[in-house]
Amino acid sequence: MALLNIEVDGQTTQVESGRTVMDAARQLGIKIPHFCYHRKLSIAANCRMCLVQVEKAPKPLPACATPAAEGMKVSTHSEYAVNAQKAVMEFLLVNHPLDCPICDQGGECKLQDMSVGYGGGASRFKEEKRVVANKDLGPLIATDMTRCILCTRCVRFGQEIAGIMELGVGGRGEHSEILAFVDQTVDSEISGNAIDLCPVGALTSKPFRYSARSWELTQHDSIGAHDGLGSNVVVQVKQNTKVMRVLPNNNDDVNECWLSDRDRFSYEGLNSADRLTTPLIKENGQWVEATWVEALQIVADAFNKIKDVQGADALGALVSPNSTLEELYLAQKLLRDLGSHHIDHRVRQSDFSLDAVQTNIPWLGLPVAQWPELKSCLIIGSSLRAEQPLLAVRLREAVRNGAQINLINPFVDDLAMPVAHQLVGTPSQLPGLLAEVLQAVAALQNVTVSAALQPLMSHAPSAVAQGIAESLVNNSSCALFLGCLAQHHEAYGTLYAVTVELARILKAPFGVLGEAANSVGAVLAGAVPHRGPLGTHNAPGLDAQAMLSSPRKAYLVMGLEPELDCANPAAALAALKGADFVVALSAFRGQTPNWASVILPVAPFTETAGTFISMEGRVQSFKGAVAPQGQARPAWKVLRVLGNLLELQGYDFESVDDIRAELSHDLKALTKNSLGNELAAAPALKVRASLGTIERIGEVPVYQTDALVRRSPSLQASRLGSTVEVQINSALASRLNLKCGQNVRVRQGQGVAHLVLRVNDAVPDGSARVPVGHPLTAQLNDANGVVSLEGAS
Amino acid sequence: MTQVIMGGCDGENTWRLKDYVARGGYEALRKVLSGMTPDQVITEVKTSALRGRGGAGFPTGLKWTFMPKNYVGDKYVVCNSDEGEPGTFKDRDILRYNPHALIEGMIIAAFAMGATRGYNYIHGEIWSVYERCEEAIEEARSAGFLGNNILGSSFSFNLYNHHGYGAYICGEETALLESIEGKKGQPRYKPPFPATYGLYGKPTTINNTETFASVPWIIQHGGQAFLEIGRPNNGGSKMFSVSGHVNKPGNYEVPMGTPFATLLEMAGGMRDGRAIKAVIPGGSSMPVLPGHIMMQTDMDYDSIAKAGSMLGSGAVIVMDDTTCMVGMLERLAWFYHEESCGQCTPCREGTGWLYRIIHRIEHGQGRMEDLDLLLSLSDNIQGRTICALGDAAAMPVRSFVNHFRAEFEHHITHKRCLVGSAHSEKAA
Ligand SMILES: Cc1cc2nc3c(=O)[nH]c(=O)nc-3n(C[C@H](O)[C@H](O)[C@H](O)COP(=O)(O)O)c2cc1C
Ligand code: SF4
Ligand code: SF4
Ligand code: FES
Repeated sequence: MALLNIEVDGQTTQVESGRTVMDAARQLGIKIPHFCYHRKLSIAANCRMCLVQVEKAPKPLPACATPAAEGMKVSTHSEYAVNAQKAVMEFLLVNHPLDCPICDQGGECKLQDMSVGYGGGASRFKEEKRVVANKDLGPLIATDMTRCILCTRCVRFGQEIAGIMELGVGGRGEHSEILAFVDQTVDSEISGNAIDLCPVGALTSKPFRYSARSWELTQHDSIGAHDGLGSNVVVQVKQNTKVMRVLPNNNDDVNECWLSDRDRFSYEGLNSADRLTTPLIKENGQWVEATWVEALQIVADAFNKIKDVQGADALGALVSPNSTLEELYLAQKLLRDLGSHHIDHRVRQSDFSLDAVQTNIPWLGLPVAQWPELKSCLIIGSSLRAEQPLLAVRLREAVRNGAQINLINPFVDDLAMPVAHQLVGTPSQLPGLLAEVLQAVAALQNVTVSAALQPLMSHAPSAVAQGIAESLVNNSSCALFLGCLAQHHEAYGTLYAVTVELARILKAPFGVLGEAANSVGAVLAGAVPHRGPLGTHNAPGLDAQAMLSSPRKAYLVMGLEPELDCANPAAALAALKGADFVVALSAFRGQTPNWASVILPVAPFTETAGTFISMEGRVQSFKGAVAPQGQARPAWKVLRVLGNLLELQGYDFESVDDIRAELSHDLKALTKNSLGNELAAAPALKVRASLGTIERIGEVPVYQTDALVRRSPSLQASRLGSTVEVQINSALASRLNLKCGQNVRVRQGQGVAHLVLRVNDAVPDGSARVPVGHPLTAQLNDANGVVSLEGAS
Repeated sequence: MTQVIMGGCDGENTWRLKDYVARGGYEALRKVLSGMTPDQVITEVKTSALRGRGGAGFPTGLKWTFMPKNYVGDKYVVCNSDEGEPGTFKDRDILRYNPHALIEGMIIAAFAMGATRGYNYIHGEIWSVYERCEEAIEEARSAGFLGNNILGSSFSFNLYNHHGYGAYICGEETALLESIEGKKGQPRYKPPFPATYGLYGKPTTINNTETFASVPWIIQHGGQAFLEIGRPNNGGSKMFSVSGHVNKPGNYEVPMGTPFATLLEMAGGMRDGRAIKAVIPGGSSMPVLPGHIMMQTDMDYDSIAKAGSMLGSGAVIVMDDTTCMVGMLERLAWFYHEESCGQCTPCREGTGWLYRIIHRIEHGQGRMEDLDLLLSLSDNIQGRTICALGDAAAMPVRSFVNHFRAEFEHHITHKRCLVGSAHSEKAA
């Protein structure tokens, strides 16, 4: 690319041709006032705030839209430029209300900041000001549309980043206003970014509204706790006690300047009335508050007794993959020191056949920042926008750069971007569909598929499978990813094995889309039955499913709502209720009294220091932003004291740093060396025909990923949060004589769920989308099983 | 007097293909296809000194050279028949009485620039004209002037009419492209210019109806002949839409450089023999000039520019001494305020502000400092916007206040109109 020499305010620099004056100025660290310009959005050049003086140009030019040219001389702060900027400022203010004292944007408003520098003292505007009606954009975004300066950042965000144009400019001239479509709200899974983008107080956070002034808040760096990306966030705290808001922290390698609504608004749950603030024990069948000493002693005694009588094998632990590395490390240490390897964080998984053949830690396989350079990819089993909202943003960028996206899914998914090919079948058909792609790729590359996988090669590839194969073969920079629907699939090992073979033939990277904040960290810490910390292999313990199907006498449950978070809630509850003793470490009361013996209030991620290792292997430590509420304590402290009470050796940690140091002195290097998606051998394959009708497609709704998200009233009130329905296609609906919109009973095993039916031909015949992880479906059992449907009034 | 465009058209029955052919129509196309190279065509147009008739007067031949030559894929030519500029009504007459001149001109332009497709974007409120254009295109297609392998050559070109929706801003060439694409008619920021990134992102050239309609004559008679009709740098004849206080308002096609006084005479002179007060010589967006200056000025780009205004689209709005200049400017300011697309700050906020100030003055609520404020705001709008509508809103304001300041001051101090007596006289 040709480099151009350009001079800005007397300083010279070089920029690539195609770059703008604004780019050159930014490169030199020169600030040019702007509103509509945003480095992640297309150029609109509509606010005119960035007008600068360009030598030989007859008029001031907008820096954001003026291409740099060889030898160009620009003055951004000459009298000429500043006069032009001041004039624009005056126009922007004529119809802007002077309500800064009651505006939530006050203190972080670009207009306010700039009017200090560029605005006139008294207004020359003596006419009446315009008033614009506010809009109801849903429970997340509040509007004060009279303040809007029509920079269209929010509009371009929808079109370009979120992939759906949920906002647009209606009307013309002075009557222009930002609108959603008639009677629509803004429902995207990343909608809150429009709040950050809005340079004025037209779009503000509804949950945060009028609750604090920005300058009262202290800032604390932290990490998003609800998916595997490890988004960098700022937690904003009022009076050192209450989390008021969470905002993105820019990191171009991770979340850029964006944040998913899940990570942005989940903080509401931190202040939920359901928070546990004191240990609870049972006396004569009644729950009563207890001191930590009392409660922990009960736990230690119970564990010791069961261990002595039944053996350590009777102990098991189910832990949340959103726990910190340090918590997970201590939990497994405790279990293993007691003599049990029955610990697992993969509570939604149902096929563990890979455990026998996988020695390294499965990870994303390709750093996030490299996603936009992909030219083709295949994503297997993922409702990507719900699972990984910001990976979808990266893929959108790849698509803009010409990439082809291919999907294999149990339903036609709307990724809000063009998709080249979608191969869709019922859950039981997915391994076969993936095998078709493998077969077509092998044929195109003229190689034979390894003998171990031959049993899967029964169907000739369909045209769509062929299309996917060609897309992968013809684009050298391609990659393969297994999403959560694949990871939860009853034949996950088989899907994985076929993917490994595809990647081998294509010489392409492949990986898994980490489900939780610490899916990678949990394996590294040893919170799995087959692999201790540092990869030590012990006699394998029971995995999350086996621990429930062969129930233990005592359980430690950390950070989970088993009735919602486990692949089979009914089995989980039965096992826990049948146990002699269960200790729950939880931030929330929830259903814990129904299955726990002792309830210990522990701190959520904002109230403890800790570490998450993201799905790309990024080790990110953070500190607590506020003190734990009430008597709640960080789980690592609770586990440490428990270790002491159990008279185990080596539980004298003073801080999370000590815990990390015991694990490794160079956690980054350890992580880097431990990542690997290859298999030592092929796992046992699962080949089978249909499960029978109606196969359940059990996906986790975007706002049901974990206990904290479930307690954000705003997320739950949003359209994505409040829409809970069973979906089947029209053929099945007519066979069952059911109508779209009617109430139905979904039965599975002994359980019943009452849901609204949505007829949706995106769902393959013979299957039904029935969400998991939701209170309304908590009575059902296996996420992968079969269900029956009947009409209900 | 040679009339390049309307020569031989004298009524309703001249628009059909057979009439056009009888006037020598499509001979230019035959000439082009029987041996001229695209470069030769462009050279003729350059020699002719034809300048864009849409308003800006940009040299047409030069514009055509901006189209990339070895581009793989579709290129477009687009005709701007949106004609929304107040005072302008020439393009609809071309479409009504001589549509084949436009069609032939567009085919030749497409040949010269290697375009495969064309659109004729027609003003929203003139339905019958649109229907006529549809018929004319169908005639041309049936006769083999449009479509694949035109007249047996290897050149193929398809042309479509596109009916607009009646927004002035859609006459701005990039808003027009957005509108054809089915989007809201809003100007694009330039660069990139349409020749690099135009309709559907493809290289595109947009010209006015009259510009295209001049091309067949140029090819048939040569660029030099066209140039010689007018003046150096101001080739050809041009249609002027004369309106206002004249006896015979209408379109007059005269050679470039014709004295305004002659044009006024052709339009029957001043109505009721009143004195001429002011003229807007190029459509409402152009600066107004006092009548006595216009009477000394010739009708070509350079002469009018020298006199302090612009030839623009060739709409000549003539005002006699009964005209209240404040009321006139109020009406113009209202127009630009209403028609601003609202995209960029100075135009969106400034046009409303201008209008409100002028409205106050007209209604006896003016303040003396308003006049300097008007000038200052006009300065702050002009040259600072995405498209030229901002300039179009500012230029009239500045010229009205500068040339007729006393009248504005009278309004402010006496809270009534200077020409009020003239009004009542007229009413009586
Ligand atoms: C607000 C605005 C309205 C315009 N309206 C018209 C119009 O109605 N017809 C037209 O030919 N050009 C119009 N133009 C000029 C066009 O943008 C463009 O310059 C012209 O069509 C080019 O053709 P030409 O080179 O043949 O003049 C308008 C420009 C502006 C800024
Ligand atoms: S709402 Fe905010 S972001 Fe959207 S156009 Fe208005 S000022 Fe810009
Ligand atoms: S100058 Fe006016 S009409 Fe042109 S783009 Fe800006 S707001 Fe729209
Ligand atoms: S920042 Fe350049 S015009 Fe808005």
